[in-house]
Formats: sequence, structure tokens, C-alpha cells
Amino acid sequence: MVNEDALFWSRILTETTLSFHIIYATIGVGVPLMIMIAQWIGIKKNDEHYILLARRWTRGFVITVAVGVVTGTAIGLQLSLLWPNFMELAGNVIALPLFMETFAFFFEAIFLGIYLYTWDKFEDQRKHLLLLIPVAIGAAFSAVFITMVNAFMNAPQGFDIVNGELINVNPIIAMFNPAMPTKVAHVVVTAFMTAAFLLASIAAFRLLKGSNHVYHKKALFLTMKLGLIFSIATAVIGDFSGKYLAEYQPEKLAAAEWHFESEENAPLILYGVLDNGEVKYAIKVPFALSVLAHNDPTAEVIGLDQFPEDEIPPLYIHYLFDIMVTIGMWMVLLSFVYWIGMKRGWPIVHSRWFRWLIVLGGPLSIIAIEAGWWLAEVGRQPWVLRGLMRTADAATSSNHVDLMLMLFAGLYIILGIGTIVVLSRMFRRNPVEKELDDLENEKGGVRT
Amino acid sequence: MNLEIVGITVLWTFLFGYVIVASIDFGAGFFNAYSVFTNKQHILTKIIQRYLSPVWEVTNVFLVFFFVGIIGFFPKTAFYYGTTLLVPASIAIILLAIRGSYYAFETYGTKGHKGYSFMYGLSGLFIPASLSIVLTISEGGFVSLVNGHPVLDYWALFTSPLTWSIVVLSLTSVLYISAVFLTWYANKANDSAATNLMRKYALIWALPTIVTAGGIIFELSMHNKEHFERIMSFWWLFGLSFLLFIGTIWLIWKRRNYGLAFGLLAGQFALAFYGYGVSHYPYLLYPHLTIYDSFTNQAMAISLIVAFIAGLGLLIPSLYLLLRLFLFNKDYVKGKTKNHP
Ligand code: HDD
Ligand code: HEM
Ligand code: HEM
Repeated sequence: MVNEDALFWSRILTETTLSFHIIYATIGVGVPLMIMIAQWIGIKKNDEHYILLARRWTRGFVITVAVGVVTGTAIGLQLSLLWPNFMELAGNVIALPLFMETFAFFFEAIFLGIYLYTWDKFEDQRKHLLLLIPVAIGAAFSAVFITMVNAFMNAPQGFDIVNGELINVNPIIAMFNPAMPTKVAHVVVTAFMTAAFLLASIAAFRLLKGSNHVYHKKALFLTMKLGLIFSIATAVIGDFSGKYLAEYQPEKLAAAEWHFESEENAPLILYGVLDNGEVKYAIKVPFALSVLAHNDPTAEVIGLDQFPEDEIPPLYIHYLFDIMVTIGMWMVLLSFVYWIGMKRGWPIVHSRWFRWLIVLGGPLSIIAIEAGWWLAEVGRQPWVLRGLMRTADAATSSNHVDLMLMLFAGLYIILGIGTIVVLSRMFRRNPVEKELDDLENEKGGVRT
Repeated sequence: MNLEIVGITVLWTFLFGYVIVASIDFGAGFFNAYSVFTNKQHILTKIIQRYLSPVWEVTNVFLVFFFVGIIGFFPKTAFYYGTTLLVPASIAIILLAIRGSYYAFETYGTKGHKGYSFMYGLSGLFIPASLSIVLTISEGGFVSLVNGHPVLDYWALFTSPLTWSIVVLSLTSVLYISAVFLTWYANKANDSAATNLMRKYALIWALPTIVTAGGIIFELSMHNKEHFERIMSFWWLFGLSFLLFIGTIWLIWKRRNYGLAFGLLAGQFALAFYGYGVSHYPYLLYPHLTIYDSFTNQAMAISLIVAFIAGLGLLIPSLYLLLRLFLFNKDYVKGKTKNHP
């Protein structure tokens, strides 16, 4: 017996919470690495600006961590509250990474507390930097472990079901499922990429808003360079993700590519709209889908005709895929032009419109993250555990989910607005110029 | 000892950890709000801020650890408790979320206003109240199976005296635990005004705590005979716990050795908490669910325990470092070191 209302609202609530959490989670995974790099450069070059950069990023980071922690707590409990049948089964097989994730959080939380309150404690800055390593590792491993759980949902293995009984459970095999390598790598690298472009956005924005301080220029150059590296890595690993799909979840790839019939020499369909089952206004790149799927322009790619009607994911994921890939390629191009331009002294990279494009890059990366997750999750439908349990059979039977959705939606609105207000106030009241002056005065003053 | 018992002991221990650290946090928020209200803010706020700042995120992880762990060790609880707790747990999460994030907004971001302190203080009382409902539900009688789905009877739950006495106990113990801890902490900071004020609160909240705790055992005798009788068979645990309670009060009354007083308090709550847990055995939810029929498979249980031991190897040194640097560091406690990122 499925409670249709409860199912519908549970879906919406899960989607809302995860889509909100992932913004903060991505920042939480990516930014510690950026802080680490900035502080390290600052120490190595003995450059006050990079140290201050690390310091100011840290201050903003604490705010986003707080929201990440509370929304993460919400989703952690909600999974059990809304999908009790799924969690009962998942608990038996994939609880290990979920459990290890809490240790990663613990580790991160403890050292973040220490790092924050020891800025001026050490004579040797390098010791302080050491404290950040566990924070970055803890955050990255939170992502690794939770993504392992999600990978398991896409490629469940490590157990047998005989007469409805779960036997031969092997948590290690369940963790290291075929979806794991590409998924984990793509998620972690996109978090680094997004963090770099978000911080670049901020620096570019300050430069546009009148501050011409060299501090912002250094910040912009550093983050764009990192962004270039990580966006290239993203595209490469994204390509591997496509190959994983072709092999293990061909229905997801076929739906994302509007690839209706199995064929060799398959073309890649970019953009376009679907009109009564017909693809219109699309760009067809010959052989490209065969290359994406199998690295071979003549290889056969399985189409949707191979699957029963009720196991085909919604076809709108094609748009999500296009959004993600377009943004990915665009950011590679943008950061590459910036980097070359800086090397060669092209004036366009200092023009206002180019800086506005960089400002746009941060929000675009977040949009790519959202599109990517929606693609991955909607593309798994109708399954919650692919091939084993349908989403419809996993939901709670409780009748109050709609009310809870309203409460949580209100909460996320408050938290979202709160983050923006607090962050912008924090940095506006204490601009870099003022802080640098203060540092000068402190140094010039009496020393004991 | 079998794996089931190892599992539940680990979880119960983390829940105990959460009860103590979260009580300190919730109570501190309340006392802070109260001092704003009565214009005694200058006495308390600094002490409370200095304690809370580096540890608030760690507190939250204790809770996460518990609910993630219980799904791991006892997956069937997801089915029973997941379905029935939707409303109370969601409310608790929302309050926790507002409280946690606004704490960070205020401390690291920009200073708020008075209304914020009140919200912060009040939410600290509502959260334990809504979380404690879980303990009431576990006593049975409120959940029935309809068409194979567990359903919670809200009317019976909210009209039961047991519910309300557990809610009241959660509030009094939050205030009592917090007051005793902050007395000690303020004393370490050589802040005599704050010490005296917190000492007064500790003495005020001692009696209500012990009275409500006794009241619950009485309520149980009517609500769940089986559990009540098992509690009685462990009477000595609760007796010892009471002796420790007397010890704490005596030390605080005599203004002596506040550190030991807090140690005794921890012992008192530990004995009562484990006594309650042991007497609840083997049920996770009377009478539907025991730790045996909800337990995970052997392979998962062993890997969870191995992960747990490895995890502790990582955590204990780090926690020790945190405590060394902040709780037990004289300069930090006295506010002598600069503490801003
Ligand atoms: C900044 C964000 C971002 C960018 C620019 C890209 N991706 Fe991505 N992609 C993600 C962020 C993301 C993600 C949010 O991290 C997803 C969602 C779930 C997952 O595993 O990663 C994802 C999933 C995802 C999947 C589905 C994997 C699955 O369902 O198992 C594929 C096939 C790709 N990506 C491929 C690409 C390609 C070929 C890109 C070319 C540049 C690309 N992605 C750019
Ligand atoms: C954080 C990034 C994530 C986002 C934005 C996201 C988004 C979504 C979306 C949009 C769906 C709905 C698909 C549909 O019903 O059409 C979904 C389903 C689901 N996801 Fe994710 N997901 C994320 C990560 C995860 C992870 C890591 C897990 C598991 C640990 C998970 C667990 C689930 C479950 C149980 C469902 C089934 C319920 C449903 O269909 O709504 N998700 N998710
Ligand atoms: C792939 C998507 C996800 C990523 C990358 C991710 C990452 C993170 C990170 C880095 C944090 C720490 C907060 C911060 O530093 O900003 C966090 C918090 C949290 N996340 Fe997620 N998360 C994801 C999805 C989920 C899901 C599906 C769950 C539910 C099982 C979850 C549960 C939690 C919990 C419980 C916390 C709070 C931990 C605490 O109290 O410290 N996360 N997440």
C-alpha cells in the first residue's frame, strides 16, 4: 500500500533539503583547501596579503559551515523519517560509510574549533597551518563517504537476496561499488572547482565596485588559476562518469542523451527540445556519443528501446545534462582565457565586462552542481535502489509530510537570507583596506 | 557479551555524551537570556560565550553520531521510529537548525539584539522537550500497527502524565547540569560574581530535578509495569546515583571543590542513565521491537565496531587537544588570549 500524498510530499521535501544542503556542503568541502593554499603561499612568500586572504575566507567559511551542519543534520534525520523502508534496507548493507562519515564530521569539527581560536597563538605560522589539514581532510571525506552511499543507490552490490532474506552481506564490497570511483572523484573535484570560482567571483566583484587594491588582484589571479585546474579535472572525470553510465546504467545515459534506439556510430545530441517524441532544433555531433560512452566512434550505444516503459527515467534530464556540461566547458574556456591573458598582458582580461563574466562564474558553478545532482538523482528514477527497490515503495506512510515541507521551506528561506545578510554585513563593515591599515599600525606600534 | 549489547552500549554512551554536553549548551543559553532579562547580563555573558564558542559544532556531532549509529546497528528502528517520529523529530531539527545557525551568525558575524537572546534561550528549552518525547514513545502504548504500518496516537501521547513528567525532567536536568558546570567554569575563571550566581541557580534547580526523576519512576509503575519492575530490580544503581546527588549538593553548598562536584553530577546522571537503559533492555520500543529482532547482520555489526574503534583512536586524542586548549587552559578560560579568527 502506497500513500500517494506522502510519497509526493516526501519527494519534494527530500529534493528541497538536499538541493539546499548541497550548496553549503560544496562550499564546506572546497573552501578549506583554498584557505590552506592561500595561507601556505602567504607563509612561503612572506606576503601579508595571502595570509589576510586566508583569514578573511575563514571568517566567511565559519558562517557557511554552520548552515551546512544544521541542514546536514536535517537531511540525515529526514532520510530515516521520510524513507524508512529504504533506510531499513540501506542500514543493513551500506551503513558503514554513513557511520564513518560521522567520524569525519567529528574530526573536522574539533580541528575547526581549534583552528579558529589559535590564529595568533603560534610564533611559527606553519604550525597553525597544520591544524587546517585535518579540517580539509575531514570535509573531503564527508563528501567521499556520503557519495559512496549515493553510489551504492545507483549500483547496489555486496549482498544477495534469497526468498526475501538478505544474506551474504559484505559492507566493503557494497562501499566499493562500480559507481563509486567516478562519482566520488567528480563530486570532490567539482566542489574544489566551485569553491575556487565562488571566491574568484567575490574578488572580481570587489574590483568592479571600485576597490583597486592589489590584494583583490592577487586573490583573483590565484582563484582563477585554481579554477582552471579543477575545471579541467572536472571535465575529464565527467567524461569517465559518462563511460561508467554507458556500462552500468545505460538507461540514464540514453535518457540524458535522448538516444532512443540502440545504434552504432551514435551522434551526441546537444540542446534542442522534444516535441511529441521528436527532437527539434538540436545540434548533432556525429560519433560523439559513441566516443563519450566507449572511447570509440563506431561503438554501439544502448538506447531506450531496450528498457520496459516503466523503467525509463524522465526525459527532461537532457536539459540538466546540457546545463551542466555547457557550464563546465564555459568555465574552462573563461579561466583559460583569463590565465593566458594575464600571461600575455591582454587588456580584455582587465575590462569591466570580462570581470562581470568572472562574477557570474561562481553562481553558474553552483547551478552546474544542482543540475548535476538532479540529473544523477532523477536519472535513477523510478528506482531508489536501482533494480531493487522503487522510490514509491520506500516512502513513509505518515500523513503530515506536507506540513513538514512548509516548515522546512520556511527554515531554508530564513537560513538563506540570514547567510547573505550576515556575510555581506561582515565584510562591508570591515573592508580589506581598513584591516591592512590596522595591521600596519599594530606593527608600527610599541612591541613587547 | 554479544554484538547486540556491544552495539547498544556504544550508542547509549554517545547519547549520554550528548545529554551532558547539550544540556550545558541549552542551559547556558537559557541562563544567558534570563540574565539579559533581569539586567545581570554583565555577570554571565562573557563566561558563557567563552565556553560555547569553540565547542558548539562538536555538540551537534554527538547527536548525529547517535541517530546514524542506530540505523547502522538496528536498521529496523528506521521503520518504527522513522515513521512515527516525523513530526516531533522535524520540530526538533528545525529548532536545532535555527539555534545553531543563529548562534554562529551572532558570534562570528554581527551582533544581534535582545530578542535574539530570548529566542536562543527559549529554543534551548524546547529542543530537549521535543527530543525527550522519543523516550516516552519507547515506553510503548502510543504506537500501534495499522495495516502493517506503525501509527502514533498523538492524543494519547499528549494527555499522558508520563509524557509531561519526562518533559519536565528534561527541562530541570538541563538547567541543573548546566548550572553546576558553569559554577565550576566561572570559578576557574576566578569570576566570583558569576560563580555565586551560578551556584545559586544550581542549588535552586537541584530539588526539582530529583523530585521529577522520582516522579517518573512512579508514573512508570502505572504506565509500564514490566519496565517498572525491572527498574526496581536495579534499585541499587538508582540508590547510588542518589548518593552522588547528595554529594554534589553538599560540595556546592559548602563552596568547595566545584570540579569534583561536577564529576559527581556526571556520575549521578551516568548511573541513572545506564540504570534506565539496562532496565529498558531488551526493548527498543515496547512491545514491538527488541535489540535482537532489529539487529543488523553479523558482517555489518563487526565492520561497524571495527570502524568505531578506529574512529575512537582518532577522536580521543583530538578531543583531548580541544579540552586542553580551551576548557582546561587557564589563560583561555580567564579570557586572556585573543579569541577571534
Ligand atoms: C561544477 C559542477 C559540475 C560541472 C561543471 C560538471 N559536472 Fe558533471 N556532475 C556534477 C557537477 C558538475 C555533480 C553535482 O557533482 C554530479 C551529480 C552527481 C554526481 O555524481 O556528480 C554530476 C554528475 C555527472 C554525471 C552523472 C553521473 C551519475 O549519474 O552517475 C555525468 C555523466 C557527468 N556529471 C558528466 C559531466 C561532464 C561530461 C562534464 C563536462 C564538463 C560535467 N559533468 C561537468
Ligand atoms: C546533495 C546532493 C543531492 C541532491 C541535490 C539530490 C537530489 C535529489 C532529487 C532531485 C531526487 C528526486 C528524484 C525524483 O523523485 O524525481 C532525489 C532522490 C533521492 N535521493 Fe538524492 N540528491 C542528492 C544526494 C543524495 C545522497 C548523497 C543520498 C543518499 C545518501 C540521496 C538520497 C536520495 C533518496 C533516498 C532519494 C529518493 C527519494 C526521491 O525520489 O525523492 N541523495 N535526490
Ligand atoms: C554528496 C552530497 C553531500 C556532500 C558533499 C556533503 C558534505 C557535507 C559537509 C562538507 C558537511 C559539513 C558542513 C560544512 O563543512 O559545511 C556536511 C554536513 C552534514 N551532512 Fe552533508 N553532504 C552531502 C549530502 C548529505 C546527505 C545526503 C546527508 C544525509 C545522510 C548528509 C548528512 C550530513 C550531516 C548529518 C551533516 C552535519 C554534520 C555535523 O553535525 O557536523 N549530507 N555535509
